[in-house]
Amino acid sequence: MNSKTALSLAITRRNALRLGMFGAAGLMCSDWLTLKAAEVLNPIKAKAKSVIQVWLWGGSCHLDTFDPKPDAGYDYFGKYDKPIATNVNGIRIGQALPRLAKMADKYSLLRGMTHGNNAHEVASYMVMSGTKPVDGIVNPAMGAVVAYKKGYGAGYEGLIPPYVALTRPQGRFSEAGFLGSKYQPFATGGDPAKTPFAVEGVIAEGVSDERQQSRRTLLGNLDTFSKAMEGSPLIDRMAKNKEDAYSLIMGEAKNTFDLSKEPDALRTAYGKNTFGQSCLEARKLVEAGVPFITLNAPGWDTHKKHFEMMAQMLPQLDNGLSTLLQDLSDRGLLDTTVVWCGGEFGRTPKIQWEAPWDGGRSHYGKAFSHLVAGGGFRGGQVVGATSSRGEEVVERPVYPWDLTASIYELMGIDPNGTLPTPDGKTAFISPLADKSIKIESGGLLREIM
Amino acid sequence: MKRLRRVFLLFAVFVLSCGAEQIPATNRIDTLVLARQAETGFPPSEPCSDAVFVRRAYIDVIGTLPTADEVRRFLSNRSPTKRAKLIDELLERPEFADYWSLKWCDLLRVKSEFPSNLWPNAVQAYQYWVRDTLRHNMPYDQFVRALLTASGSNFRDAPVNFYRPFQERTPRKIFDTVALVFMGVRLDNSGWSDEQMLGMDAFFAKVAYKKTAEWKEEIVYSDPEKQLLHPVTKAPVLPTPPGKSPLTLEKSADPRVAFADWLTAPDNPWFSKAIVNRIWFWLMGRGIIHEADDIRPDNPPWSPALLAYLQTELVENKYDLKHIYRLILNSDTYQLSSLPTPENAGDEAGFSHYRVRRLDAEVLIDAICRITGTGEEYSSAIPEPFTFIPSSQRTIVLADGSIKSSFLEMFGRPGRDNSLESDRNNNVSVFQTLHMLNSSHIQKKIMDGPRLRKLMTDSPGSTERINQLYLEILSRLPTPQEQKIASDYIAAARSGTAGFYDLAWALLNTNEFILRH
Repeated sequence: MNSKTALSLAITRRNALRLGMFGAAGLMCSDWLTLKAAEVLNPIKAKAKSVIQVWLWGGSCHLDTFDPKPDAGYDYFGKYDKPIATNVNGIRIGQALPRLAKMADKYSLLRGMTHGNNAHEVASYMVMSGTKPVDGIVNPAMGAVVAYKKGYGAGYEGLIPPYVALTRPQGRFSEAGFLGSKYQPFATGGDPAKTPFAVEGVIAEGVSDERQQSRRTLLGNLDTFSKAMEGSPLIDRMAKNKEDAYSLIMGEAKNTFDLSKEPDALRTAYGKNTFGQSCLEARKLVEAGVPFITLNAPGWDTHKKHFEMMAQMLPQLDNGLSTLLQDLSDRGLLDTTVVWCGGEFGRTPKIQWEAPWDGGRSHYGKAFSHLVAGGGFRGGQVVGATSSRGEEVVERPVYPWDLTASIYELMGIDPNGTLPTPDGKTAFISPLADKSIKIESGGLLREIM
Repeated sequence: MKRLRRVFLLFAVFVLSCGAEQIPATNRIDTLVLARQAETGFPPSEPCSDAVFVRRAYIDVIGTLPTADEVRRFLSNRSPTKRAKLIDELLERPEFADYWSLKWCDLLRVKSEFPSNLWPNAVQAYQYWVRDTLRHNMPYDQFVRALLTASGSNFRDAPVNFYRPFQERTPRKIFDTVALVFMGVRLDNSGWSDEQMLGMDAFFAKVAYKKTAEWKEEIVYSDPEKQLLHPVTKAPVLPTPPGKSPLTLEKSADPRVAFADWLTAPDNPWFSKAIVNRIWFWLMGRGIIHEADDIRPDNPPWSPALLAYLQTELVENKYDLKHIYRLILNSDTYQLSSLPTPENAGDEAGFSHYRVRRLDAEVLIDAICRITGTGEEYSSAIPEPFTFIPSSQRTIVLADGSIKSSFLEMFGRPGRDNSLESDRNNNVSVFQTLHMLNSSHIQKKIMDGPRLRKLMTDSPGSTERINQLYLEILSRLPTPQEQKIASDYIAAARSGTAGFYDLAWALLNTNEFILRH
């Protein structure tokens, strides 16, 4: 152990101590600044080439999934009273996730996730951008930053845009933030569980290649205005855009969206539903070199009928995510691909049995769990802990910006770097780098990197 | 090939710039612009054709594509004053208020949720109020005064929402937005001293907020007890306009009223300058001061005389914004062709030809919907259960910036997050091209749209049908060459219907359709 690691561990322990006494709000930037001073001198090498963000829209409840509390009582664990052992000694997870339980060595669980906000839009913003709301500026989501740092003009030359959303955009805020629409995710639309997977703009149902070709010729013959305006930079750019668009429509790249050639057994293992096939599609996008993929999985905002919904969704999550991890691992891609699974917050540990919820869980930003795997994250670890009923973080909090800064580092993107804003203000990639603000932090995820 | 290009060019010149009727050069704008162009060495292009003008005027003034009938009527009108008459008509159309309320709601950050958090009821009330003031052409000084001095409930007294879209509700954040929106000044970039800014912040020191028993209702009011303390000396800071002495106001007085008095005074150095420059930017695609919201001593106007002239016109006409629109729209400068000449092709900053730029996201989707006879489905998840907007409603009147649409995001609709003009992104991208070329969204509109289908009920390859389609989509008749290409294509197609749909698809994908020119 070198002295810098020792320093960060010491700080972590001190944090844990302070947490015990003061609760999760006790960590302020002074701790981070010490930590950062040590880390800048010792940057780690890029390990991850791609990130798959499995976004559980509305958040899963940690008690049902990655942080079971079998002693908390029926009002907390509800249907899920018997957590199951995993293939890693001492780690247990929710009973509805048996396949993930067999591969806990591949991932780590962050049980101390926290930010304290219970509103969808603010929480989504904080987790996806890894920043706190500040007036007058909307920061980009992590995918947009990766598209800016690792996309076109920064080494990426794929035809498929560098930031892809399966299948819809986030919806609660604009992912590109101040970076602008150039760094928006390419939202595929369509449904990968259907054949063909009608990726919006790329695969048009019922238009043959021959008709594409004849239309293209017709359009070329009729674009009188562009011919008159030849030499205008805007018109030239639009011509180039048309060429690029047609390379996607007519070229090889669209095979990346063709799931029909994947073995049926594999498709079945992923689960023949939108979530499962999206996981498979995410793997194909990683193979194609796409650096950031967000898989927007809706349906986790379970104010009502929570357990009925979970009975459907947890098996889908279990099949899709476990097969994704296995498949990436089998292909030697897991070492260079971060898989990050979680939502904008968790759900209330205490079940709302009363009307009108009749067995629902509400928004809960104080304590929740995320899963991370691959790309330089070690597996088989648990980071942080919550109280006996899962209501408070009692050990090693992880704030959204701790997690995103860690992933940035794994991707070889310096979280202390800056981004261009429209009005020329300085914007740091991570708010942890901004000395002018106070921000809570548990530190980067050094223990599993 | 070279010959073919020549033929196209000839047609283009024929289509895009002939037939213009000269408006007598009584417009002082042109005198001033020509004088400046003589200095820069970029002479103006030809005047634009009537067909180009009618489309341009509709899109620029009311954010709406003219119908085929409207185009035909205008083209067949022989009156020498028909352009001026069309401008007058457009300024009185209800869509004028619709389209410009969209622009104002961008600047005022009209949005239910993050980061502006106005909440849906307030958004509806606020947008309605803005639209209503535009419909009645409320003088601009009164409009700004109403916003700045508003007190009351966010649901019932709509203009108070001016004070609500801030994450941090501090006097500085309020003044920051006031300076940007009404003075065209970016505080960070303005060169103002800390003391100057503090003196301005003090006008907003008493702004206070309180909740009511109604969910998400909020009262904005002036609290006599509140004051701004100097960060160093801790002494109360008095409201102080730049270069003037501090104002001593009664404790009970609302300093925002004094601010409105100062701001809207005819000799205020920023107020009229900022708005006439904005209108020029909105219509011409570039401000006389560029960027339109970055007014500072070291960012000089392209023509100070032109700017001063427009300011004088505004003040002398009692802050009637339509008067400024009318002056600009009737100028030869506005009515120039977008085709550059060899002499002015390099003109970046001047106004020697009309600036070609992409249609606004909302205007573009409205145009596609109008042509095809389809609607868009917008819904709001805030608050649940969902609210669904009727698909007959146009996108330019969509009040809430929080209502998401992948099309609008893709085409650069502003996030309404920061009141900057640059928040709207009218750049072109490959995603946009892909979407227009090949998405099921656009494809479905073309194939299922009742209006297009009606257009080709019989003989889709006929000259008349092709003419009609050109008028609908490009607001002009096809050249003989284009007419032939189109009818040959339809004749050779698998079916006349398929050929006609392909033609509609192709025209919707021409840059001539996607751009304002």
